[in-house]
Amino acid sequence: MWVLLGIAAIVAGFLLRFHPLLVILVSAAVTGVAAGLDPVAILAALGRAFNDARYVSIIWIVLPVVGLLEANGLQERARGLIGRMRGATVGRFLIFYLLVRQGLAAVGLTSIAGHAQTVRPLVAPIAEAAAEAQGGALDEADREEIRAWAAATDNIGLFFGEDIFLAIGSILLIKGLLEQYGIMLEPLQLSVWAIPTAIAALVIHGFRLWRLDRRLKRRGAGP
Amino acid sequence: MITLHWVYALTGAVFAAFALLGVTDRRLANAAFWALLALSMWAGDALGDVGNGVLVLGLVGLGAFGRMGRGGSEVPAAERQDRAARFGNRLFAIALIIPAVALIGTFLFKQAPGWFDGKQATLIALALGVLVALAAGCALLRAGPLVPLQQGRRLMDSVGWAAILPQMLASLGAVFALAGVGDAVGLLVRQTIPQGSLLGAVAAYGVGMALFTMVMGNAFAAFPVMTAAIGVPLLIRAYGGDPAIVCAVGMLAGFCGTLLTPMAANFNLVPAALLELKDRHGVIRRQVGTAIPLLVVNILLIYWLAFP
Repeated sequence: MWVLLGIAAIVAGFLLRFHPLLVILVSAAVTGVAAGLDPVAILAALGRAFNDARYVSIIWIVLPVVGLLEANGLQERARGLIGRMRGATVGRFLIFYLLVRQGLAAVGLTSIAGHAQTVRPLVAPIAEAAAEAQGGALDEADREEIRAWAAATDNIGLFFGEDIFLAIGSILLIKGLLEQYGIMLEPLQLSVWAIPTAIAALVIHGFRLWRLDRRLKRRGAGP
Repeated sequence: MITLHWVYALTGAVFAAFALLGVTDRRLANAAFWALLALSMWAGDALGDVGNGVLVLGLVGLGAFGRMGRGGSEVPAAERQDRAARFGNRLFAIALIIPAVALIGTFLFKQAPGWFDGKQATLIALALGVLVALAAGCALLRAGPLVPLQQGRRLMDSVGWAAILPQMLASLGAVFALAGVGDAVGLLVRQTIPQGSLLGAVAAYGVGMALFTMVMGNAFAAFPVMTAAIGVPLLIRAYGGDPAIVCAVGMLAGFCGTLLTPMAANFNLVPAALLELKDRHGVIRRQVGTAIPLLVVNILLIYWLAFP
């Protein structure tokens, strides 16, 4: 039970807003010591997992492309384009993106969109531009909120689309784990049950985006 | 054969370029940080487990105490406005090259198993898409090859040490696994389940998945623990629930937890840094209103569908 101290350390560290990298390191040390591991073994476990997880950092290679396009006016162009489109709103645009993201993830194409690939260069600036067209001038806090909506929509589209695909990691994990209990299932039997939740996610998040539109509209019509 | 290691070599080169640019304007902490990441990409497999551990200590030290700042300069807004008018929709076309090449490559590379590692087709195609987009961008926008690196470095510096949070949390997960944290949590959870109530057991499973995912930052880590503690012994064996529905929807209950936790750094903290939000938890705040109702829906779906 003492190993749970590591969880306490990480929760307390995040709540008290210590530096996240230090919090993680301290939590790893506390957990390892509580489990009776020696410091070198803890360090080796950290190092091995860090090396094995390098693939998550590959995504940063898209930043030179994003930087090049932004320096040449990508965000300004998005604003110009949306300003000319009638009926384009943040909510409608993000619902459209949510559908596309869920659809792509459902056929296994999870990495072709994402925060670095599509949200920062395309989705966030278009959403900001649409919000500006709807609600008039935005202050910095409003802009940040709209950008956060764009990132949140990307996550929700990914999470509640990908499990419909047969060969995604989580479906294979479920299949493998249940086999250990002697329960044999085919991936398709599992992945069809991701569909009801996918629909619910679309409805719930779509409803919230529709309300965001209404809020911006009221503001745009106000004084 | 082209494997993930080619992509690591490319990623290492990009980090090395960021480091060199950092040296040129004396942002030495940033330069050292990106140089260590370049080393990890290039030579990670040769460093050994302890060597990689020391590398992690170096990154944490620089990130926490190194006073990393922002380097590079932004192009003035008026200049960007002019260029936007000049280049028009070419800018979108270049931006779409990356997802388009990733999409096409994912399918094509699987057809040529001798040439490409099919399991990593998407990541290899993504890297190829970046190279194509860079070439097209420099040609169509008449930019020198240093411009993308300098602008990329500016964005990278604005993300800063948060760039390695996902990898760090994966490492912490490995230590948790080694120390048996999952077993301890499973033991704890079993003691909280109300006796004789099916809805109570289903709710404990769903909420447990979400909460433990929040702690671990990853539903994959929570799933085996919760399924061993509640899913299989109680919901499937004792109450006769359909295992496919219990597990498939249970995993999605865990995903609701992923939306709520800073531990899922690559989904929640990294975009906040990338989009330059002052509030580190700004993305999570926008997700709460979807995640909690959806968790309730998932619990009810298991309750209604898995127990006919």
